[in-house]
Amino acid sequence: MKDENNKEKIKSLRNVPMHYCPGCGHTIAHRLICEVIDELDIREKMIGIAPVGCAVIAYDYWNFDVTEAAHGRPPAVATGIKRVEPDKIVFTYQGDGDLASIGTAEIIHCANRGENISVFFINNAIYGMTGGQMAPTTLIGQKTATTLTGRDIKRDGYPLKICELLALLPGAKYIERVALSSAENIRQAKRAMKKAFQTQIENKGFSLVEILSPCPTNWRLSPAEAMKWIDKKMTSYFPLGVVKDD
Amino acid sequence: MNNKNSRRILVSGNEAVGEAAIQAGCTFYAGYPITPQNELTAYMSRRMSETGGTFIQAESELAAINMVFGASAAGARAMTSSSSPGISLKQEGISYLVGCKLPAVIVNMMRAGPGLGNITPAQGDYFQATRGGGHGDYRTIVLAPSSVQEAFELQILAFDLADKYRNPVILLGDGTLGQMMEPLTLHPTPYTLHATQKPWAVTGCKEREPNVIRSLFLKEGVLEEHNKKLQKKFAEIEKKEIRYEEKNTEDAEVILVAYGTVSRICQAVMEKARRKGAKVGLIRPITLWPFPYGMINKLADLKKKFLVIEMNYGQMLEDVKLAAEGKSKVKFYGRGGGGIPQEEEIMTELLHFSLS
Ligand SMILES: Cc1ncc(C[n+]2csc(CCOP(=O)(O)OP(=O)(O)O)c2C)c(N)n1
Ligand code: SF4
Ligand SMILES: [Mg+2]
Repeated sequence: MKDENNKEKIKSLRNVPMHYCPGCGHTIAHRLICEVIDELDIREKMIGIAPVGCAVIAYDYWNFDVTEAAHGRPPAVATGIKRVEPDKIVFTYQGDGDLASIGTAEIIHCANRGENISVFFINNAIYGMTGGQMAPTTLIGQKTATTLTGRDIKRDGYPLKICELLALLPGAKYIERVALSSAENIRQAKRAMKKAFQTQIENKGFSLVEILSPCPTNWRLSPAEAMKWIDKKMTSYFPLGVVKDD
Repeated sequence: MNNKNSRRILVSGNEAVGEAAIQAGCTFYAGYPITPQNELTAYMSRRMSETGGTFIQAESELAAINMVFGASAAGARAMTSSSSPGISLKQEGISYLVGCKLPAVIVNMMRAGPGLGNITPAQGDYFQATRGGGHGDYRTIVLAPSSVQEAFELQILAFDLADKYRNPVILLGDGTLGQMMEPLTLHPTPYTLHATQKPWAVTGCKEREPNVIRSLFLKEGVLEEHNKKLQKKFAEIEKKEIRYEEKNTEDAEVILVAYGTVSRICQAVMEKARRKGAKVGLIRPITLWPFPYGMINKLADLKKKFLVIEMNYGQMLEDVKLAAEGKSKVKFYGRGGGGIPQEEEIMTELLHFSLS
């Protein structure tokens, strides 16, 4: 994970090895966010909110102000921060358990109030940190530690489409779904992240980028297979592209 | 504290607490409606818009306390308020506030439980407030006013203590205090505050190293060190911040121990009993944590009896027993579920206890 060129290249990213598994999407997502922060020259205005999930110690990697938040509560914490510091750039970074399960109320109301913050939503269709249990985004039929024979809609309900759900809310201004599954998709993910920050800088309101992200460890796939799994399986249920741009 | 520029107004306890917060420089309020503290939420909505602060009606108490967490992390004086069922939901956030060393003021105008209970006043949340309340091993300072004027003064103190110790402070009242109207003397000079610098706040890392606010410490031994620091802080608070009111204890044979609104009934009982020649005293803890163990212990040495009166089934009772260390008799009378101990009832208990 450690890139020896990091030091000069990305000021917002600390030059330390990351703890993520090989091929993990968090590594890529961190890097992209930090590149964008550097390019927009907003590092000294950043206030990030780390989730509870595999990215819980994101502040060990991000070289700007960061606070933790209880599991699922980053949108409420971000609301408090942004209202107090409206000229700073505030973002939450949340997994699918964090944002789409335990924190569903917080994200919906944050978006509905039109809070002028940016959200990076890491959808890896799994609970990474706790050992690969079903997430609200787990695909139908997908095997996890708590859906041994695959997700069953009768028992477990349907995978939750957060972008489409939030797009219904007038407070949400920019919503896009991207994937970390190929060089071109990664470039697009970065463009979306930049646009999310720009939406906030221009005081337009709530922005969210959902990032389909590999978890090779809990998917029990190699890093290369995991990338393919995103393109083959995830994107048909979670279509890529701009969902809303007001 | 009266002077010729003081202004006297008639307000409810809820409004007094709200105005005190504004006077204390609170610029952020988030809350969710619940009786019997709705007047406070409504008051903050009006006053925040007048003073340029932030008022948010949150989607839940969980969200409200986490908004307060964010506002406090960014350096603001921030508060939330609720009543018992809502305070239960805030416990997650309060635990995180302590773990992250963030100041905040949380007002609980207690109502009767358990469960939804009802909206009548009670003191059933004493354990929850004084023992930490959420997960982990921690304390919050708990201030228990017994009048509208004192609610005002203690609410201002709450913000100062929160900032001083970087720890949440709970203002613990009950529905009676929240809703009763009493005269309040407002002082013309703004209360001088510990104008606290908050170099630890997350405000953007311009011209400094980045700040991180966290309660998570994974490396071996680091969390233990962090906890030791918290415990040291709690020990300092126990040493410096105990507050109580003590009346007629010197010659007393029986001492009533009560806090909050029920202490006013006890005050009346004490006066009546004294008129009849009975040697009765009163201790009114103002800080429920830290609790005045030491002074009660000294009075126990003198074999004075304690009659604890609460609007619950015996919670502060345990602290009084701990303080007395079995050296003198401790008895209890209380009513819960909205029942309020009446003067005659307390008098009867007092009589029996004196004769025992
Ligand atoms: C209140 C609470 N409940 C449960 C947990 C345990 N927990 C930690 S991380 C997590 C799920 C993480 O999954 P996700 O948000 O998808 O993040 P990922 O690890 O996949 O990036 C859970 C349930 C917790 N820390 N707090
Ligand atoms: S478990 Fe999955 S999400 Fe967590 S670090 Fe490993 S690959 Fe990444
Ligand atoms: Mg996940």
